[in-house]
Amino acid sequence: MLKQTAAQWLAMLAFVALAVAAPFALPNNMAQLVDVMVFILIALGWDMLGGQMGYNSFGNVVFFGIGMYLVASTQVLWGGFSLQEYNSAKGGNLEAFVIGEPAYVASLIAGLAIAAVANFLIALIVGAQLLQTRGHYFAVGTLGLGVAAGEFAGTFSFLGGGSGMNFLQPPDGLQLSTLLYFLGLATVVVFYLFLVWLHGTRFGLVMNAIRDNEDKAEAMGLPTARVKAISWAVAAAFTAVGGGLYGAGKNFIDPTEVAFSLTTIGVWMILMPLIGGKGTIWGPIIGAVAFQLFKEFFWTFLFGWQRVALGLLIVIIVVFFPDGIMGGLHALRRRLGAPHGQEAAR
Amino acid sequence: MTRDIILSLKGVSKRFGGVYANQDVSLEVPRGAIIGLIGPNGSGKSTLFGSITGYHPIDAGSIVYEGRELKDLRTAEIARLGLIRTFQQTHVYDDLDCVKNMLISRPMRKGDIATLMHRPTARDRARAEELLEFVGLASKRHLMAGSLSFGQQKLLEFAMALMNEPDLLLLDEPTAGINPTLINGLIDRLRQANERFGVTLFVIEHNMRVMMNLAQEINVLAGGKLIARGAPKDIQNDPKVIEAYLGGQ
Repeated sequence: MLKQTAAQWLAMLAFVALAVAAPFALPNNMAQLVDVMVFILIALGWDMLGGQMGYNSFGNVVFFGIGMYLVASTQVLWGGFSLQEYNSAKGGNLEAFVIGEPAYVASLIAGLAIAAVANFLIALIVGAQLLQTRGHYFAVGTLGLGVAAGEFAGTFSFLGGGSGMNFLQPPDGLQLSTLLYFLGLATVVVFYLFLVWLHGTRFGLVMNAIRDNEDKAEAMGLPTARVKAISWAVAAAFTAVGGGLYGAGKNFIDPTEVAFSLTTIGVWMILMPLIGGKGTIWGPIIGAVAFQLFKEFFWTFLFGWQRVALGLLIVIIVVFFPDGIMGGLHALRRRLGAPHGQEAAR
Repeated sequence: MTRDIILSLKGVSKRFGGVYANQDVSLEVPRGAIIGLIGPNGSGKSTLFGSITGYHPIDAGSIVYEGRELKDLRTAEIARLGLIRTFQQTHVYDDLDCVKNMLISRPMRKGDIATLMHRPTARDRARAEELLEFVGLASKRHLMAGSLSFGQQKLLEFAMALMNEPDLLLLDEPTAGINPTLINGLIDRLRQANERFGVTLFVIEHNMRVMMNLAQEINVLAGGKLIARGAPKDIQNDPKVIEAYLGGQ
């Protein structure tokens, strides 16, 4: 038990060291590095329900999108501009909508905090209803949310309607992607530490109990409904932060292509924990990094066929490696004769 | 002599479609006792347990536990009052080891999240190990519950129920699937749970030898109705009971 914890801390230190070094090693790939941090956040968030609790959500992209809109809107309002006027300009008349660097950074961070809190509450309220359904019904219900959200967001003219919304132009001289990257890294570290703590408590055990046998958990008096809703709310908060960072990096929100994109982000956030190994803390982290590598590789060398390659990758993983990279590592360690009982690195 | 009653059913009926699974069932479970519930297959025993523990709403009657009406409470709320059931088909947390199965099962009398926010204490762990030892699963404690045999899962479920420190425990066929050579030991443990831990037991069991040895009083269901109640000896010789079992109904 102790060894396991020590190994986890070492792994985390190594991860942070690598993550801090990465911008210096790959200065031309900052956009991709920001994406890695975003991917880790949304993969860890998805895994809280999908992996740890057995509730497959296809709708977490809703929190991603709402977070993105909230951060963009917070920045606009922070600058004292009207959302309606700003979005009517459609990214034109840029000189009229400029804020200074301190205001930009402060409004970005405030926007991320607002996005986290707002989505926490949204998931709590929606989850109280939706999480009463189980299995496929929950999955389909969340899918419905995801499909509806993009179209719904496109109906608000003060948010730019169907043609979307620009983020405020970053001030000249601001290293935006570096800022986003380190904000993302800090949030990842906070999320990781929170999850490690959570899984040491009875709450974490109850999450796994719900995955393994929800009827039994109820029969033993456990407050399953609350545990499910709170878990989803936490996942939603971090997913929203991921959405805010992603949007700020892309500088543009399209309601269905960027914010509430079921077929890209919506599927990727599920795929990443599967690649890394769902139901573990490290699985989604490793999966997010691996996914970004695969994705960049496919987009660079198999352009035109990249989606086919990605689709094949999904099939191969689901069929041949259902437990992902972490599952493979555990199998390897078992084969190398690690003592029994240490295999549950959850 | 008035008895201290922990659970009292009055006129409980449960219909599935047009079929009565339980019809006008009235019975009492005295505090501190071991009470049996027998009946042929399909006589409504498990349905009655399900009704008591809030799995399905009952159509008529009343179920009073410790002075509280249970019929409108939900499963988890009933469990938090200290009324726990085990299942005929085992229900354990398959992908967690036995110790974790036990630690999840610590008493949960309040439904608040705050009580879930701390780590298991050394005392919780000691208690978990002690109860696993008690049911004879100490050597399996780091195995995944799902990898245990059916009989071992039954024992684990029994240990989990005790970990929860219930006042009343409903056991649905505790000896089914248990190696016959271990059954005497299990009877002894059920009795110890009753005497040492002060848990009132209400037990469904098909193994008549177990029932005769264990229960102070036996209720007999047939076709959803309670057809007899009494001491094991009387039940054994009751013509109505014999008829029900031999297919006379």
